[in-house]
Amino acid sequence: MTEKLVIIGNGMAPGRMLEHLLEKAPGQYAVTIFNAEPRVNYDRIMLSPVLSGEKDYEEIIIHGDGWYIKHGITLYKGHRIVAIDRDARTVTSDHGVTESYDKLVIATGSVPFILPVPGKDLPGVITYRDLDDVQAMLLAAQSREKAVVIGGGLLGLEAAAGLAGRGMDVTVLHVMPTLMDRQLDPAAGYLLQKELEGRGIKVLCKANTRAIVGNGKVEGIELEDGRIIPATLVVMAVGIRPSVGLAREAGLAINRGIVVDHGMQTSDGSIWALGECAEVGGMVYGLVAPLYEMARVAASHLAGEQGASFVHSDTPTKLKVTGIELFSLGDFADGDDREEIVLRDASAGVYKRLVLKGNKIIGTVLYGETADGAWFNDLKKKQTDISEMRETLIFGQAYQGGAPLDPMAAVAALPDDAEICGCNGVCKGRIVSTITEKGLTALDEVRAHTKASASCGSCTGLVEQLMTLTLGDSYNPAAVQPMCRCTDLGHDDVRRLIKAKGLKTIPAVMQELEWKTSCGCAKCRPALNYYLVCDWPDDYADDYQSRFINERVHANIQKDGTYSVVPRMWGGVTNSGELRAIADVVDKFEIPLVKVTGGQRIDLLGIEKEDLPAVWADLGKAGFISGQAYAKGLRTVKTCVGSDWCRFGTQDSTGLGIRIEKFMWGSWTPAKLKLAVSGCPRNCAEATCKDIGVICVDSGFEIHFAGAAGLDIKGTEVLGLVKSEDEALEHIVALTQMYREQARYLERIYKWAKRIGLDEIRRQIIGDAGKRKAYYDRFVFSQKFAQVDPWSERVSGKDKHEFLPMASIGYGQAAE
Amino acid sequence: MNWFAIGNIADIPLRGARCVKTPQGKIAVFRTAENEVFAIEDHCPHKGGPLSQGIVHAKAVTCPLHNWVISLETGKALGADEGAVKTIALKNDGGALFIALESLMVAAE
Repeated sequence: MTEKLVIIGNGMAPGRMLEHLLEKAPGQYAVTIFNAEPRVNYDRIMLSPVLSGEKDYEEIIIHGDGWYIKHGITLYKGHRIVAIDRDARTVTSDHGVTESYDKLVIATGSVPFILPVPGKDLPGVITYRDLDDVQAMLLAAQSREKAVVIGGGLLGLEAAAGLAGRGMDVTVLHVMPTLMDRQLDPAAGYLLQKELEGRGIKVLCKANTRAIVGNGKVEGIELEDGRIIPATLVVMAVGIRPSVGLAREAGLAINRGIVVDHGMQTSDGSIWALGECAEVGGMVYGLVAPLYEMARVAASHLAGEQGASFVHSDTPTKLKVTGIELFSLGDFADGDDREEIVLRDASAGVYKRLVLKGNKIIGTVLYGETADGAWFNDLKKKQTDISEMRETLIFGQAYQGGAPLDPMAAVAALPDDAEICGCNGVCKGRIVSTITEKGLTALDEVRAHTKASASCGSCTGLVEQLMTLTLGDSYNPAAVQPMCRCTDLGHDDVRRLIKAKGLKTIPAVMQELEWKTSCGCAKCRPALNYYLVCDWPDDYADDYQSRFINERVHANIQKDGTYSVVPRMWGGVTNSGELRAIADVVDKFEIPLVKVTGGQRIDLLGIEKEDLPAVWADLGKAGFISGQAYAKGLRTVKTCVGSDWCRFGTQDSTGLGIRIEKFMWGSWTPAKLKLAVSGCPRNCAEATCKDIGVICVDSGFEIHFAGAAGLDIKGTEVLGLVKSEDEALEHIVALTQMYREQARYLERIYKWAKRIGLDEIRRQIIGDAGKRKAYYDRFVFSQKFAQVDPWSERVSGKDKHEFLPMASIGYGQAAE
Repeated sequence: MNWFAIGNIADIPLRGARCVKTPQGKIAVFRTAENEVFAIEDHCPHKGGPLSQGIVHAKAVTCPLHNWVISLETGKALGADEGAVKTIALKNDGGALFIALESLMVAAE
């Protein structure tokens, strides 16, 4: 029977727990999640890269909305649970939703600690905990004014570096004598301080905050010694406290956190707790690796398995500030029973310290050069006796046992069970075997299959080294992304070489450019076919077997294997004769769905492949040609009614749209190309989110390009204003040809434009009449070969084999 | 096992496919660049896409619906995906092609 599992909180720990639980016991629970934050589960560790601008929020989402739908999980976003009724077994949210549970998981995380000083509630004082905080900081950073970060720990320094990177003048206040004193010894803390100061961040240690001052909003910080530090933004990053209020009110056992046993169960047998709010074995945790361990244990118990038990382990700390290498692990306090080994290289900014006890490593601090962190971690974890290599230990793994001095050697020499990704507990052996078994060649693939480097990303370098070790020279992370696995060349190189070497067939390209497969794959063949069609319009014979099915049969394949057909309707204009012909076709072929498209034409869906030529024959009689709704090519030119009808219209937008479509139809482009012409700036044809758009104005035609309204949404950029329809056409055609000649296959115009720069496009198309004319002429030449209606060709018998089965074997047919 | 004539190898384009209708569903017959011929069920193990409409490369086909790559020799999905389609025995007698169907299917009527 399905039990009801309710989870309070939707952070990384419960997210991971659910992944394990869905794998171990799919369908055992009906799951409901209450998330006080109004969003899905995202990678909180990566907030610093979002703050610094190295990543977008979308890139750090762990579970998108689709994941919850796919697994039938109910997620209440923005619902904070305000009460747990343990007798009735219900929880109630601040929006009044009450949900009953059989089992309850509390994962309320932690709350930032707020210094109890005067002024702590002033507007402009924020903490650093979730995406809202990051957005508040980003907003404040636009002012480019002064910010103070209170707290020189991991979070505070990441916030400081992010804000400085965004152009703010940042001061860090830290109460202890050196930065990150819980993770670093004073020497490394000093080096870190110098590095940050070198980046323009001011650091004040031994700085006690007395008050936050300001009249109605933050104006500065007053220190104990009376100094005032001006600031318009104050970020408090002085630590976190387990969030236990809800559990306490429910009467659960509480100490520093919610007390749980080693199976993550609270003092109530129906309630579990995990994450930063849980206290296990007298410890509370804030780093992700132990939290994921809790998730594993809790999932195992919820799935009905006994015996899983949380085991404490030290987790290395790394600072996620680009360009700062820092690694800290274990215990590094001085002591009579301890020895230490220290290496300093002042000019290189390197400091390494190993703390030993009884010939075993118990602590490590590395600054400036951290490649051996994983190895030291492994030695510590396994309690390896290091007396044999004591002399050379500090120099790292590459120096042990006379191994050659090779940057890869350290990674190569790691044992298979050495942990590479601390966040996800992935060891070297698992990564290497997965790369080999699954034939992985890209970092993203390794992340998808193993989860290594998929959380904080600080082990990315190690994972890439493992890929290089496993794949040999074929993996080069710095290289251009190859077109596909058939070649090492990127799209741009291939395009350049096709022209330079005069390669005019797919076999010639594969031979001359040393393709690694005999006849390519479904990624490279369509790309090569397009490049050759574009570059040699008169010489190249289109290879239909290298075209995607839609372009091979000139219709759009649907999920059930039937096809849809869209006749061209110039500028979206039609008449009674055309509509009557469409109606007749629909009746004759019993077409199940007729649908008006977003591009102002009519889609006929559910046509059997064998019927396609007959459907086209009937449509052709009414004057229709293919709308090429399947093509990486010119699709539609959407129009409004313009000056002929509209009381606001400034130009004949319908006429111009039809003229453009009649000029450009049939052309193949790197990706689909959708145009629109609006008759006035009210923009009823929505031209400003198209690949190319025209806004008619009194003084002429404003040409736009590089919009998007699909996976991405993006308004267009203005190419320029021209006076006449002829000029508008010439500019649009020239721009299209430039895009055709330069873009990578499947690259939409807005991505191409972003890559090569808007100014360069304007320079060539607007600023250089000679270039513009040359592009225009090449397009016109290419159209001589492209403007052949593929439907009428097939009606007259071309590619007949495509539309008929090879044979039909019936029941009655005799066997040979 | 019964052999049924389905036509000639020349009926299939190089690096292409045709389908054969049978009482138990469609069978896709492929011809590779090397002139090898294979027959498998015309039904991708992922979402049932018509494999005969895919792009043929080496001894594999990429499904037109969601780009799964299926081995023509084994019927198994290649790469990270897992799944398989049935392979159908095929005889190439000097260009004349025959596929093997179980007698059960033929006797069904």
